[in-house]
Amino acid sequence: MTAYEPVIGLEVHAQMRSRTKLFCGCPTEYGAPPNEHTCPVCLALPGALPVPNEKAIELAVQAGLALECEVAPHSVFARKNYFYPDLPKGYQISQFELPLNGAGHLDIEVDGEPKRIGITRIHVEEDAAKNIHGSGSTAVTVVDFNRGGTPLIEIVSDPDLRSSEEAEAYLRKLRDLLMFIGVNDGNLEEGSFRCDANVSIRPVGQEEFGTRAELKNINSFRFVKKAIDHEIARQEGVLQSGGTVVQETRTWSEAQGKTISMRSKEEAHDYRYFPDPDLPPVVVAEERIETLRAALPELPEAKRARWQKELGLTEYDAGVLSGHPEIAKYFEEATQAFVDQSGAKAKAAGKKVGNFIQAEVLRHVTTDGLEALFPVAPTAVAELLACVEDGTINGKIAKTVFASMVETGTGPKVIIEQQGLAQVTDTGAIEAEVSRILEASPAQVAQYKDGKTNVIGYFVGQVMKATKGAANPKAVNEVLRRLLDER
Amino acid sequence: MADPKITLEQVLHVAKLARLTLSDEEARQMQEQLDAILGYMEGLDDLDVSEVTPTFHSIPMDAPLRPDVPERCSDRSETLAQAPASEAGGYAVPLVLEVNS
Repeated sequence: MTAYEPVIGLEVHAQMRSRTKLFCGCPTEYGAPPNEHTCPVCLALPGALPVPNEKAIELAVQAGLALECEVAPHSVFARKNYFYPDLPKGYQISQFELPLNGAGHLDIEVDGEPKRIGITRIHVEEDAAKNIHGSGSTAVTVVDFNRGGTPLIEIVSDPDLRSSEEAEAYLRKLRDLLMFIGVNDGNLEEGSFRCDANVSIRPVGQEEFGTRAELKNINSFRFVKKAIDHEIARQEGVLQSGGTVVQETRTWSEAQGKTISMRSKEEAHDYRYFPDPDLPPVVVAEERIETLRAALPELPEAKRARWQKELGLTEYDAGVLSGHPEIAKYFEEATQAFVDQSGAKAKAAGKKVGNFIQAEVLRHVTTDGLEALFPVAPTAVAELLACVEDGTINGKIAKTVFASMVETGTGPKVIIEQQGLAQVTDTGAIEAEVSRILEASPAQVAQYKDGKTNVIGYFVGQVMKATKGAANPKAVNEVLRRLLDER
Repeated sequence: MADPKITLEQVLHVAKLARLTLSDEEARQMQEQLDAILGYMEGLDDLDVSEVTPTFHSIPMDAPLRPDVPERCSDRSETLAQAPASEAGGYAVPLVLEVNS
């Protein structure tokens, strides 16, 4: 049987986080009642003229810079002509010959293997409206133009991906990057980050590409992998049974667990692009590009590397804590506050704060797009950990205090005070408690004297129980050994 | 027609993309006219443009840009009233089937 190699290229449409549409002042906010966010421009009423949104152009340039693209000083909007009810003008304003961003790249890693994926181009275009099929009266499609005209970037990859795992890694990395630079909210469910995949297979060793199928509308990372794997298997089946793969558009049906041909799109591939006479070229001056480059926040990969080097995190910890831009920010703020309050060194501080956030804080965090909700302020976490650092409480009690902080919204010091959780480091008080327990446990004392020194754990437990966990474990151990040896 | 600039097939293809239904007579007429127009444009080939920068727009200007500030939208009831049919706040069009399995 012939062995085949998949060849995959991805086209990602990402909505840019501007407040208004690409060519008019209608808000882009999600969730308004249908057609409330429309005007003569985005409804294509006669005589209306498009004016590009400066912010959208800037966000697109920043996306290009983050992906190491060559930014074009002159780019041109073009008309992509086709008929569909979600496109009121009969064309989509996109870019064709002269896109805003030329070639760039994104580095991914699969199973520890690094790989550079080429970016062919990133162009700016307007989103189409939303068609709602057969709800209400089943004989009609209802069109909602609120989304129509929303600014998108289309990020086209080179056909460099060779497996569904690579495709998924590329998409996750890309989404991560766009979220960290604030260009896109990464919300697949709301459709603000969408992916089409061009999939073909060729016999291993063959240079020439096979005929590709275009998979449309893949709206989750899980579906991407399933849809691509299914499509690869389908094409192998076709070739092995002596057939030929036809170039077509297919869609992933989660319900049926397979890709399905979309015949309705087949004739649409002749778009007759031409420069839009309504829109002169967009000029982005070299100084402007440099200003936008300087304004780019630290990219997630650089952040992770820095954390490992300066804040003592492992690669795994850095990955978890940079899982969302707001979590990364929270970690950095908490670490800084902890350093300020406790005087700890950055490396030790990063590790301690990072561990605590992962173990205790993250399970209380909810994210929605670029927003994240935290149970307590990062400075409160720092204050709590500073109490551990100065010996006021131990690490175990810190968890109890944190639970109260989450529940009541009160600061750690107040809780420690009110609930009497401060560690007993007063040796006199510990000694009294230890003596009492040793008196009450002659059998265990005898065991200890017989050389079964691990019975000391029993005594520690008893002391901690008697002091409700508030005794300093180190002090308890010292006192125990001393008093036992004196007996 | 000797060596036409545009074939009858091309005319019919473009007509189809533009959702135009042409009779045989109309298609032939379009072919003749488009052929004449394209022939006329061919006159440009006589000019030496090797020193001219390609242009994408007839007016030598940069696109003016708009600040990202929301403006007032149209009144939905007014715009929907212009449409032949509407339903549930949306423009109603004949059912579009996205997927044929």
